[in-house]
Amino acid sequence: MEALKQELKENIIEQLNLEDMSVEDIANDDLLFGDGLALDSIDALELIVMLDKNYGIKLTDPKEGRAIFETINTMAAYITEHRSK
Amino acid sequence: MKKVYINSISSITPQKTFDNSEFLDEVIIHENQVIFAVEPKYKDYIPPAAARRMAKGIKMGVVASKLSLQEAGLEQVDAVITGTGMGCLRDSEKFLGAIINNNEQYLTPTSFIQSTHNTVGGQIALELQCKGYNFTYVHGSNSFESGLLDAKLQLELDEAQNILVGGVDELGDHTTKLNQIIHHVKEENISSLDVLSSKTKGAVFGEGASFFVLSNKKQASSYAEIISVKMYNTLAQNELSETALHFLKENSLKAEDIDAVVLGNNGDIEFDGYYNLLTSGIFSNTQQVCYKHLIGEFNTASPFGLWIASKILKTQTLPEVIKKNNIKTSSFKYILLYNMYRGENHSFTLLKSC
Repeated sequence: MEALKQELKENIIEQLNLEDMSVEDIANDDLLFGDGLALDSIDALELIVMLDKNYGIKLTDPKEGRAIFETINTMAAYITEHRSK
Repeated sequence: MKKVYINSISSITPQKTFDNSEFLDEVIIHENQVIFAVEPKYKDYIPPAAARRMAKGIKMGVVASKLSLQEAGLEQVDAVITGTGMGCLRDSEKFLGAIINNNEQYLTPTSFIQSTHNTVGGQIALELQCKGYNFTYVHGSNSFESGLLDAKLQLELDEAQNILVGGVDELGDHTTKLNQIIHHVKEENISSLDVLSSKTKGAVFGEGASFFVLSNKKQASSYAEIISVKMYNTLAQNELSETALHFLKENSLKAEDIDAVVLGNNGDIEFDGYYNLLTSGIFSNTQQVCYKHLIGEFNTASPFGLWIASKILKTQTLPEVIKKNNIKTSSFKYILLYNMYRGENHSFTLLKSC
C-alpha cells in the first residue's frame, strides 16, 4: 500500500504538472481538492483517465469520484480493491 | 481617420530582448540549426496555478503581453489580436502523440485544451478579464501582419483606442524533425554571425513572442506611427521591386525617402534572392537591416523586425550587429519592413517616426 501511495503522488505531480511540488509535500491525508492541493475539475478528469490507464478502473459515476479522490489514502484504498491491472 | 501609434513593445526571442531597456547591447552568438528563446522568470509574471498548464509558447505570449501593457501604462485594452503560424505546437504534439501511443484511448484534457491556435489570445484575455474583441490570425508568415492590419483598421476608425497585438510561435520537437527531413532547417550547425552569408539551403529555426500596444492616441513614450501594412500571398521575384515602389508611391514616398529597410533574410540560398533583389536594386543606397540571424526563422519572427524598427525610430540608433550595409544616415524618419517565407506570404510595413 505504501508503494502505491508513493506511486500515486509521483504520477499526480507528473500528470498535473505540479512543478513546484515534491512527493514529500503531499501528505497521505491531505485533501486533493478544495483547501489541500486545490486541484480543479480539469485535474479530476486527468485523475479519472489515470485510474483507467494505470489500474484498469473505469469510473462511470461522477459522484463516486468525489469520495475516491478525497486524499491519497482514499485513492490507494479504492485502487487496491478495484484494480484489474 | 485617426493615426495609429506603437505605444509599447516587448519581445521574447533567442536573444535577451525581454529587457526593453536594452537594444541588443549584448548579443548571444548561437551555433546551431535550431535556437531556443531566452526565457524570463515566468514566476514573476504568471501565478504558479495558472502556469502549470501552460506550454512555453503560452508563457512567452502571456509574459510578452504583460510587459507590453506595463510599458504602455495600461491595465486594460479594448481588444487582443494574436498571430501564430503553428499555434501551440508542443501541446498539439503531446496530444497527437498520446493518441498514437495509447491506441486512441486514455486521452487527457489538458494538452487538448491548450493545443488550439487561439490559446495564447484566450489566456491573455482571461488574465486581463478582457471581454473585448479577441481574434487569432493563422496565416503562415503573414499571421502577425494580418493582426496588425486588423488592429490598424479598428484604430483608424476609432472602433477601439488601445489594442494589444502580437505574434507567437514555439518550437516543437516533432515538427522540427519533420522540417529537418524536408530540408527547411539547415543541415549544418552555423554561427549566428555567418547565417546570412551561408550558401546552403534551409534556415536556422527559432521561436519567440512579441507584443505591442497600438493606439490612436500618441503619448510621450510612443515609438512610431504605423503608416501602412500590405500583404501578398504570392509574389514573383520579377514583380517584387515594382510592388515595393508601388507600395511606397501609395504612401507618397519614393525609395530614396526610406531611411532604413528592415528585411527578413534568413540565409536560405533558395529564397534570399527576393531580399537580394531589393538590397542590390532599389534599396542599394539605403541602410539595410537584418535580424533573423539573431533569432532564427519562424512564422512570427517578423514582429521582432517591427520591434527593431520601433527601437531604431525611438532611439535613433542602429546596433552594428543588425546592419547589412553601412550607409550614413543623419536621422531615421521612415522605415520600411519587408518579410516573406519561402517565397510566400509577403508583407510590407511602413513606419514613421513620431
